[in-house]
Amino acid sequence: MSEAVRFVCSSGAIGAGIDLTSFREAMSREPHFVASDAGTIDAGPYHLGAGRGAYGREALRHDLDILMTEVPKGTPVLIGSADTAGGDPHVDRMLDILRELAEVRGRKIRVAVVRSEQSKDYLKSLMREGRIRPLENAPEFDEAAIDRSTRIVGMMGAEPLQDALKLDVDFVLAGRCSDSALFAAVPIMRGYPEGLAWHAGKIVECGTLTCETFRKGTMYGEIHGDHAIITPFGNGVKCTPQSVASHSLYENGDPYLHRESSGTLDITHSEFTQHDPVSVKISGARYIPAEEYSVKLEGVELAGYQSVIIGGIRDPLMIRQYDKWIGEVEDEIRQKVQRVLGDQVQTSDWRIDIHAYGRNAVMGAREPLINEPPHEIGLAVCLTAPTQELANKIAELSRQPLLHHPIPEWSGSITGFACLFNQAYIERGPFWRFCVHHVALPHDYRDMFRTEVVTFG
Amino acid sequence: MKLHECASLIRSKNAGPFSLTFDIMFSDAKVYEHIKASGVLNVASLSALLQCSPNQMQFFECDNALAFKATIPRALPAGDPADADLHGGQQFAPLLDIEVGELD
Repeated sequence: MSEAVRFVCSSGAIGAGIDLTSFREAMSREPHFVASDAGTIDAGPYHLGAGRGAYGREALRHDLDILMTEVPKGTPVLIGSADTAGGDPHVDRMLDILRELAEVRGRKIRVAVVRSEQSKDYLKSLMREGRIRPLENAPEFDEAAIDRSTRIVGMMGAEPLQDALKLDVDFVLAGRCSDSALFAAVPIMRGYPEGLAWHAGKIVECGTLTCETFRKGTMYGEIHGDHAIITPFGNGVKCTPQSVASHSLYENGDPYLHRESSGTLDITHSEFTQHDPVSVKISGARYIPAEEYSVKLEGVELAGYQSVIIGGIRDPLMIRQYDKWIGEVEDEIRQKVQRVLGDQVQTSDWRIDIHAYGRNAVMGAREPLINEPPHEIGLAVCLTAPTQELANKIAELSRQPLLHHPIPEWSGSITGFACLFNQAYIERGPFWRFCVHHVALPHDYRDMFRTEVVTFG
Repeated sequence: MKLHECASLIRSKNAGPFSLTFDIMFSDAKVYEHIKASGVLNVASLSALLQCSPNQMQFFECDNALAFKATIPRALPAGDPADADLHGGQQFAPLLDIEVGELD
């Protein structure tokens, strides 16, 4: 442990854009590895369900091209949570881009591919053994939910990455993966303290988001025996003890305890000090080994197909009785659907969700200003059904009630809804909902993550 | 003085698809300490404003980050057909006008 472990986080996510100038500066420190995640569950259930990530192929290719051409041979590149969601189609999509780039650039590369998609039979067998446990606020998850699911992935920790790194590869391309694990894997293998390794990973994995002001740049880290130094490269980027400490709050429920597969990172007693004008020194993190190794599951099921009508209301007489009016509109739509489509769709098989912008669309039942009358209300009327064809038919039946449902103050025919589009609805296609928020307790983590080495060029 | 007049950032965000977390951050240690000492930010006051049960709220005072943090269950999972804030980024408005008293 005489020499520090040095590493570069190429950006907050593959596809978000590597800043080449600062990346080259960071690479001049000769890191032992380069890592970046390529996904997050915060992108929502769609990407896992659709089998397609949030970034376009060109955006992914731009970043992977830089990683392939700028990182010297012998410095492994770890990529986690492939193509946003880390399922098998997501891994395949990024692997195909690596194949294309190896061809174009005339490079010979070895890629360790670590898959994290879970088979339904395997999950059912764990469930029967009582080895699937709920996390906070988890939905009901049983064998029927497993059957209904479109895709379920397990979030790997550092161990499958460490196994993959031993295969003498240029790239490790991982399915769903803990972001911090991408940075903790190598230092832990080299015997550095686990707490520091995980903490440093946690800090750099979002790129320059951990800096005082979010600007383009590249994060660099060094792990020494009892402390780590976090340094941003880029014009005007700077870490301060406060900016680094605050980053542990971001998108985490608990700012101090961070659960990983093999244990919990505890930064309650971490210390942060300014090391040089832009770098922060961290120390004091602990890692508490878990009694049981656990793998977080993320999964989605099809929520249906949707058509959406967008429009607005400006009539103050209508706005002051909006709740009553929209309730009557909904009833009229339901009656029409029952009358016209009753032989094709059960009442329980379709749904209408109306978001009233200007009223309480954003906060729903938690909106404190619900009684303040707006001068205009925007409506997104979402019709969900088992097929796109049915969703469209329901949208067609919804248009007339929205346009013409009366209010008592006006006599004669009214048009009370300003349609934004003609035709009135937009086809949104299929969409998904999260169906699991649990951990699996595998007998061996290798049961959940499958590794193969692929060679290109 | 109102909270938004002295905080450097008040934000909300998903903490996973089933939880929502609120951060109230300061750039000045004196202001943070004043508000911490005043006790206006606590589980009872925040859970009332955010309309959730106090025993469902986790609340933290993060001294080294000069920040307060509260985490609650989401009303609906992110991406649910009836949910309209996928990232949970616009749920903090009720916190802006918390009265924090006069700063010294």
